[in-house]
Amino acid sequence: MSVNVRIPTILRTYTGGKAEVAAEGTTLSEVIQSLEASHPGIAARVLDDQGKLRRFVNVYVNDDDVRFEQGLETATPAGAGVSIIPAVAGG
Amino acid sequence: MAVQTAVQNADSDAADTGAVDLGPAAALSCRECGERFDLGPIFACASCFGPLEVAYDLPSGTPEELKKRIAEGPDNIWRYAPLLPVPADVATKPNINPGFTKLVKADNLARELGVTGSLHIKDDSGNPTHSFKDRVVAIAVEAARAFGFTTLSCSSTGNLAGAVGAAAARAGFRSCVFIPHDLEQGKVVMAAVYGGELVGIEGNYDDVNRFCSELIGDPLGEGWGFVNVNLRPYYGEGSKTLAYEICEQLGWRLPDQIVIPIASGSQLTKIDKGLQELIKLGLVEDKPYKIFGAQAEGCSPVSTAFKAGHDVVRPQKPHTIAKSLAIGNPADGPYVLDIARRTGGAVEDVNDEQIVDAIKLLARTEGIFAETAGGVTVGVTKKLIENGLLDPTLTTVVLNTGDGLKTLDAVAPTTGPTATIRPSLDAFRDAGLATN
Repeated sequence: MSVNVRIPTILRTYTGGKAEVAAEGTTLSEVIQSLEASHPGIAARVLDDQGKLRRFVNVYVNDDDVRFEQGLETATPAGAGVSIIPAVAGG
Repeated sequence: MAVQTAVQNADSDAADTGAVDLGPAAALSCRECGERFDLGPIFACASCFGPLEVAYDLPSGTPEELKKRIAEGPDNIWRYAPLLPVPADVATKPNINPGFTKLVKADNLARELGVTGSLHIKDDSGNPTHSFKDRVVAIAVEAARAFGFTTLSCSSTGNLAGAVGAAAARAGFRSCVFIPHDLEQGKVVMAAVYGGELVGIEGNYDDVNRFCSELIGDPLGEGWGFVNVNLRPYYGEGSKTLAYEICEQLGWRLPDQIVIPIASGSQLTKIDKGLQELIKLGLVEDKPYKIFGAQAEGCSPVSTAFKAGHDVVRPQKPHTIAKSLAIGNPADGPYVLDIARRTGGAVEDVNDEQIVDAIKLLARTEGIFAETAGGVTVGVTKKLIENGLLDPTLTTVVLNTGDGLKTLDAVAPTTGPTATIRPSLDAFRDAGLATN
């Protein structure tokens, strides 16, 4: 299923400067794999050596922080908006 | 590692990232992986997303020479300019010039709490907009000026919005700040009165923060200096001045214990950084100190992780009267855990009723009316003493970071006139108010 992924400035070197790209997958994990296939190198920026989300990355599926959902196994329905955002903001 | 240019991961391409004069600031360094970057309006490491912080060329000279230089400076945070990311002539520029607030020796409160050592309240309600946020914003203003921004912005739980509005007005910036739509009236009015744009977002603080993080990567946010996003490495350094002032006001001594509120955790981590710098520069004697973090039970992701022995902070949905601390996903939470454990401190929380009780306790013992965050630190201090985690025989400093006038709603339901009477002596006597 196709979803739209918002890419933070910090990762746009991998997407040719695009702020939003399409990806495929029924879960966040699959979406990241799809991103990696289209934009090699991007997965290693979002995931750590154990394949988990880096602790300073926030990911939202539509308006939901995936840490409140099922993490990388969070469902990504067709047409969903996925946002990757640096966590070191605010306060 | 090689120093990357700011342009490689700049979060706004509208700013001029050429040579900037930010005094002793030498570079930005990733707190996670150590990678270094040129000074610029960036906040997250391009390699690992870790937070960037300012690395310095700290001043040379003897400790006595530096103390003399500081003592000759103005009665505000610019007396510490040699230790901050600001130009040497910062005191001559239009800014809100916060700091050098009172360190109140709280003997009455000490007696109530059974403290036999010395207890002090660092009362930051005395800043220009009545919270510690003036410190961090003043630094961010200088970074915004250096990078050529013309608009100041932020995500805020209230105090920061007011500080940004005031600083922008004084320093000649446009401002547009974002807050949760349901904040206390005192904070909303205070944020709006300075004439900038104030936008309520339908959601909690974490929603506001997410919105700002997306705005900054969009053409809509180009040319904007978000003090706690793309200027966050500089902004955070303002909290170091709390450490400097506390030690200077104690006669250039480290306190034994400090109780600090936790929202994002930035303030606590920067106070620790400031104390370490003073030790490194020889301005204070190197000795152990303990740092304690204070949260509201209704938003306690860091204290929950601390008590569970975790080094990862699981976000929470906040529900507390301490709205200035209601950050459910605290950016610096993991570092707070590291510091509390490294120094032998702790992270504790108190519920809303205990917060209100603590606000009243501080008010009736010391004449200081704290906002809810101050109720949290005083309440946690009481709890830490009762639990045996805070030593009552030592020198302890408790932070009050804001003014109770901004959070009247918290105490108004249980605070009011003793009696309402006719203007007559008989009525006064009949009401049982006469003591003679």
